[in-house]
Amino acid sequence: MRMWAQSHLCQKAQRVHVVLAAAFALIVLILSTSQSANALPAFARKYGLRCSACHESWPMLNFFGQKFKDNGYQLMNDRDAPIWQNPAYWPVTFRITPIWHRVSTNKVQADSVPGNGDGATEQKITSSGFDLSGLDFHTGGTLEKNFSFYVLPSSDATASFHFETVMARIDNIKGSPWLNVKLGKFELDNLLSEKRILTLTGNGGIYQLYHFIPAGDGNVFGQMGDNQLGLEVMGHSANDRTRYSVALLSSNDGQVGLPYGAESYSTFITGSQAFDTGKLGVDRVGFYAMAGEAPISWQTNGGAAIAGSGGNNKGYSREGFVGQFYFGNHADVTVVTQHGEDNVWFGQGYGDYIDGIAPNNYIPGVSVLPSGARNPTWNGVLVEPHYVVSPQMILLARYETIRMSQQSTPGAPSNLGNISTYTAGFRYNPFMTSRAGWAYHAEYNWWHQDGTSPVSATNLTSSEVLLGIDFDF
Amino acid sequence: MKSSKLMRCIGAIFSTAVLGAACAACLLASAFAQDVPDVGPKPPVVVKPMESHIGNLTGHAAEGKSDYRRYCAGCHGDYGDANGENAPWLEPKPRDFTMATFKCRSTLTGTLPTDEDLFNTLKRGIVNSNMPPWNTFSNQQRADLVAYIKIFSPRWDKEKAGTPIKVPEETPITIESIAHGKELFTKLECWKCHGPHGEGDGPSASTLTDSKDNPIRPYNFALGKDDSRFKCGVTNQDVYKIFMTGVDGTPMPSFADVIQPNDAWDLVHFLRTLQVHRHSKENDVLMAAHGVIPPYVDKNPPAAAPAPADKAPGGGQ
Repeated sequence: MRMWAQSHLCQKAQRVHVVLAAAFALIVLILSTSQSANALPAFARKYGLRCSACHESWPMLNFFGQKFKDNGYQLMNDRDAPIWQNPAYWPVTFRITPIWHRVSTNKVQADSVPGNGDGATEQKITSSGFDLSGLDFHTGGTLEKNFSFYVLPSSDATASFHFETVMARIDNIKGSPWLNVKLGKFELDNLLSEKRILTLTGNGGIYQLYHFIPAGDGNVFGQMGDNQLGLEVMGHSANDRTRYSVALLSSNDGQVGLPYGAESYSTFITGSQAFDTGKLGVDRVGFYAMAGEAPISWQTNGGAAIAGSGGNNKGYSREGFVGQFYFGNHADVTVVTQHGEDNVWFGQGYGDYIDGIAPNNYIPGVSVLPSGARNPTWNGVLVEPHYVVSPQMILLARYETIRMSQQSTPGAPSNLGNISTYTAGFRYNPFMTSRAGWAYHAEYNWWHQDGTSPVSATNLTSSEVLLGIDFDF
Repeated sequence: MKSSKLMRCIGAIFSTAVLGAACAACLLASAFAQDVPDVGPKPPVVVKPMESHIGNLTGHAAEGKSDYRRYCAGCHGDYGDANGENAPWLEPKPRDFTMATFKCRSTLTGTLPTDEDLFNTLKRGIVNSNMPPWNTFSNQQRADLVAYIKIFSPRWDKEKAGTPIKVPEETPITIESIAHGKELFTKLECWKCHGPHGEGDGPSASTLTDSKDNPIRPYNFALGKDDSRFKCGVTNQDVYKIFMTGVDGTPMPSFADVIQPNDAWDLVHFLRTLQVHRHSKENDVLMAAHGVIPPYVDKNPPAAAPAPADKAPGGGQ
């Protein structure tokens, strides 16, 4: 048995060797043939600044890029209005990422005998191959000084499009940078932006903290990582050291057509202050809070939930601190914490009944909570260090952990739904121009959740290796 | 057989490691490499041990290299010669650091600026150009960048920065001061470039070029509102410095040898009235005079008016 294992391991090592050798050969080939290109990303070509001016590593913003964004996509040099641009200028960028990846999940629900339909067992599934990301069409900029817009039709890998972002904004109202307003569907003002995340794998390409829902919970509305529909007021000092934002959002998780509650709203509030720490650089600390209400009961027709009829709103909250710490020109680390709480009804599987996420529909006078049921609460932390080798290359890593502090159902394992995940990788930009973005990307992610495997309710683990070319034009 | 498999296994692992190391070395070499221009045999930039001194801060060129590549080289070029890949599309053109000629100085024309002048320019940016305010940087970052851009010209090795001019206390803003400023605007022929109403449309405006023969437009005072700025600052003291030190590399000369400090303040007060959309004390004074600048009464009037009547400078209101 041991010999077989050794031999099997050896064969596996050889297979891995072949795959890795092919991947490395691909990377070496790509690097050896790379050269400057002239393309036209939307803002870089407008202002002629290299991607690196606004991005620590594209697409993650640095402080200068954040200020540009906070000014309504303006450099504030009185050359921002379209009248200063070549009439042929059209602010559009597209982005897509061809990749090779290998994904492995230790427990996937499966039939005990293929085809019998019982779904009674769990199987480890590992697959690899060439693949595509979705396609993003970014278009944004100023319509006049202090009037700007952003529209982002985005598709999945099958070219099924939706509007990821649509917003109009007015900046420097009354000549003050402290008063700026935007309306539409937009990313929440997270200091660590998930839309500008440097990682691409399925689990590493999102911030788990921004999407966490306890096991069995039916509340999909508190996802800070999803773009939301609403109105945001934000302001900042001239050098962007001090920032605040307050947003009023529909509790629709960014879905158009008011599919959920009849009258349910949420708020998202942030504030931060940056400090000049001398040789270390500029460091920033801040906080965020998301709180709101969302429906748990739905009118039905023929037993099916009616869109927009949600009611009996219940509350939820997520709040935490953010720190962005620089250690000179090369190293930095971002830390995000979170304390989250959902109303007990969400914790008991009420909430997004219309999409089938929540199994239960609250019926007044009929629905009752199990004895001892309570609000689920949790705490989490995210640590993301970067090492900027040069403006062209960044090494990155991330550790996230979320720990339940109180389960909704008494007696449930205290660690049910806990998440831990590690991500590491690098992005290398072979050229730096004001015309196009191109990054060789390599990443590994390992993800683990306690007690949520689909059949045995044991631990679920997934890993992914991804190599790709991330480009925009 | 077992030994053979084991050897193959070891070989597979070893060759994977070698390939991985080679790949990593290739990546790191590329990452650390200088950007080499596509054409010509230009050598990598040699970073001289240049320093800058701003207050208690000391900037080091070596520390500014990475930020220069990240933020500046796209326009100013990797070699500081204003030949970045974006330079052909910029108007006005980016500064050529190899010439060490700078517009915004507190020092007399023809001299090198102080480190603080360059530091302030980085922070303030250049309005109506592609040079944004880099005010998100730390002071140390800016000091390092100031040191770095000094490596491109030998002037910084041979010459010291000029001595900052003294800006005397501002004289009272009166309608007489504004009237005298208007008189000076005519006498010094400012209107020939800036236009009779300061709109940048004087008869010489279309012929102007900078020291590299690139077309250049004179400043339009009438643009902008309360947030209107000058290239080299926003305060009355800044305006005073602009025409007493000149804007080197452009046709805007220094008037330090031509007018006295009190006269210079009068000119500042008149220029402010040309910023017709900007709320200022000068415009308040002018409004109180019903928007009319009275003729300046001088004991020694100029011999002849230099401009035809329809080109004579008007008041800002």
